[in-house]
Amino acid sequence: MEIVVCVKQVPDTTEVKIDPVKNTLIREGVPSIVNPFDKIAVEVALQLKEKHGGKVRVISMGPPQAADALKECLAMGADEAVLVSDRAFGGADTLATAYALSTAIEKMGPVDLILCGKQAIDGDTAQVGPGIAENLGIPQITYAAKIEITGDTLKVDREHEDGYEVMETKLPAMVTVVKSIAEPRFPTVKGTMKANRTQIPVWTAADINADEKRIGMPGSPTQVRRIFTPKQRVQGELIQEDSAQKAVAVLMQKLSDAKII
Amino acid sequence: MFELTEDQKMMQKVARDFAEKQVAPGAEERDEHEAFSRPLYDEMVGLGLSGICFPEQYGGADGDVRCYILAVEEICKADSGIGISLSATVSLCAWPIFAYGTEEQKKKYLVPLAEGTQMGAFGLTEPGAGTDAASQQTVAVRDGDNYIINGSKIFITNGGEAEVYVIFAMTDKSKGVKGITAFILEKGMPGFTFGKKEHKMGIRSSQTMELIFQDVKVPVSQMLGKEGEGFKIAMSTLDGGRIGVAAQALGIAQAAFDAAVKYSKERVQFGKPISANQAISFMIADMATKIDAARLLVYRAAALKDAGKPYSKEAAMAKLFASDIAMEVTTDAVQILGGYGYIREYPTERYMRDAKITQIYEGTNQAQRLVIGGAVLR
Repeated sequence: MEIVVCVKQVPDTTEVKIDPVKNTLIREGVPSIVNPFDKIAVEVALQLKEKHGGKVRVISMGPPQAADALKECLAMGADEAVLVSDRAFGGADTLATAYALSTAIEKMGPVDLILCGKQAIDGDTAQVGPGIAENLGIPQITYAAKIEITGDTLKVDREHEDGYEVMETKLPAMVTVVKSIAEPRFPTVKGTMKANRTQIPVWTAADINADEKRIGMPGSPTQVRRIFTPKQRVQGELIQEDSAQKAVAVLMQKLSDAKII
Repeated sequence: MFELTEDQKMMQKVARDFAEKQVAPGAEERDEHEAFSRPLYDEMVGLGLSGICFPEQYGGADGDVRCYILAVEEICKADSGIGISLSATVSLCAWPIFAYGTEEQKKKYLVPLAEGTQMGAFGLTEPGAGTDAASQQTVAVRDGDNYIINGSKIFITNGGEAEVYVIFAMTDKSKGVKGITAFILEKGMPGFTFGKKEHKMGIRSSQTMELIFQDVKVPVSQMLGKEGEGFKIAMSTLDGGRIGVAAQALGIAQAAFDAAVKYSKERVQFGKPISANQAISFMIADMATKIDAARLLVYRAAALKDAGKPYSKEAAMAKLFASDIAMEVTTDAVQILGGYGYIREYPTERYMRDAKITQIYEGTNQAQRLVIGGAVLR
C-alpha cells in the first residue's frame, strides 16, 4: 500500500495573532509545529502500513524550514519525505496549494491512499485535501473517524455532529481524518536522530512541471479583504417549551421585555 | 556551547513532548502514593531515552551527553522521581559498563539498558559508608572461579525494580580504597534480595531500596574492570552521575520557576497582578538569573565530557550550584504562591521537597566542595 500524507507546518498557538496592516498571520516568535490533524494522519498511515505493508511518504509545501515538520514525521516512522518549496509557490491560496501538491504527488508515482488532516489549525479552511482529490480525479472522504481497507475497497466512518456516516469507495482515494481516529505516537530517539541526518529532497516548481499560472500569487484567485479576530459570541439561549406556540409566546415576551420589539 | 545543535534541540523536543503529555499528568498522584510506575518508565525508555548517549552498536542512538542531559532536564520538569530513575540507569549503571565493561558484558548488559528493555541501579552506599565510600563493609571473597559476596547497600535508587546492578565490595581490606572491586549483579541471583523500601521526603515516584547480599556467588566474569579498580570506577561514575543530578536540579528549578511566573501574573491582590510588585519581580529576576547560571554550568560540564576533556571539577561545580539554586528557587516559588504554594493543590511544595535530595545524593554538596577545592588547590 502506497500512502502519501500531506502535512503543513503551522504556528504553535491556538490564539493566532494577526497583523492588522498586512492581514497576515504574525509568525515571528511563535514556534512551529506539525499541524496536529496532519500528525494524526501520519499515525493513521503508519498503522495502515503496519497492517497492510507498503510505504508511507510525507509531503509538505512550504518554506525551507518546513523540512523540520517533515523530519518530525520521519522520526515518527514515515519512510520518506518530500518538501515542495520554491519562491514561485509563495502567496498560494488553497486552490494553488492543492494544485502544487497534487502535481507533486503525481510525480511520486502510483499512490493508493492520500491522507490529510481535516484542516490546518492556522487557516482552518479544510480545502486543500479535497482540492488535491479533485485535481487528481480520485474519490474523497472527509472527516474520517475510522478507516478499514479490504483489498482495493476503502470503508470509512465519516464523523458528523450526531453520528457516523459509513462510506465506501475504491482506491485510490483521498481521506481527511479527525482527532478521534488515532493518538499520534511519540517519535523515538533513534528515529529522531536518523530523521535529523536525512537530507529531505526539495522539489521546485520546475521539478514538478507546474503550470506557472496555477501556482503562487498568479494561481490564487482568493482575495483577502480583511482578517480579524471575531468578537466572542455570547452563548445563545434555547427556549424549550411543550409546543412551538408556547415557545413563541415566551420568545415574544422576552423580546418585548428587552425592548427589542 | 550557547546554541543547541539540531540534534540537541530535537532531543529536547522529544523528551519535552513525552514529559508534558505522559509524565506530568500523573506526577502529583505518584508523589502522593509514593508510587514508582514501571509502565511509565518502560514507555519512556522504550522511546530510547536511556540509549541517547551510547553508540549504536550497543543499542544507543549515538547522541552526545548534552542530548541526554537535556532529556533528563525535561523529564525532571514533569517528575524528577522518574527523571532520577532514568539517570540512575544511564549514568550509574549503563555508563560504567560502557566505560569499563568487557565486550561480552557490554553486549549482555549495556544493550538491554540502552534499548530500554532492562533497568539499572548502582550500589555503593552502605549504612557506614556514605561520603566515606572507602569504608565498605560489603566483602567479595574469591572462591575458585567465583566470588562470594556478603553485605548490604542502602538508599539504592531503582532497587528492587532494576534487573542490572553495578555494586562495589571489598576484595582486599588491607589495601583500603585500592581493595574495592566492582561487580555486575542480576536481579534474581541466589542470595541477592531486597530489604526495606525507603519512605522519602521527595522524589517519591522513584523507588529506593536496600540491597542484601547473602553468599551471592558470582562468576569472575561478573567483575567490572579489574580487581581493586572499584573505587576508581565508582568515583568516575559519580563524576558523570553528578551532571545528571545537576540536570535534575535544573529541571526542578525550571518547573518551580515557570509555576511561580505563571501564578504571579494571574494572582491579583490590591487590584493588580502580584508580578507588578517590585518585591515579586525582583525575586523572579533573581530566580531567572540563578537558573541561567546553573544551566550554563551544567551544559559546560556535559560539553567537556562530550569533548573527552577532564570534567570532574566542572561536574562537581554544576551539581553543587544547580542543586543549591534548585533549593533556593523552589523555596522562593513556594513563597510567591504563598498559602497556595504550601498546599498540595499546587506542585510547588513538591518541587521544594524534590529539590532537597539534589544537595545530598551522588555526593553531598560538602563532598562536591572537597572535589572542587582539591582540584583548585592541587
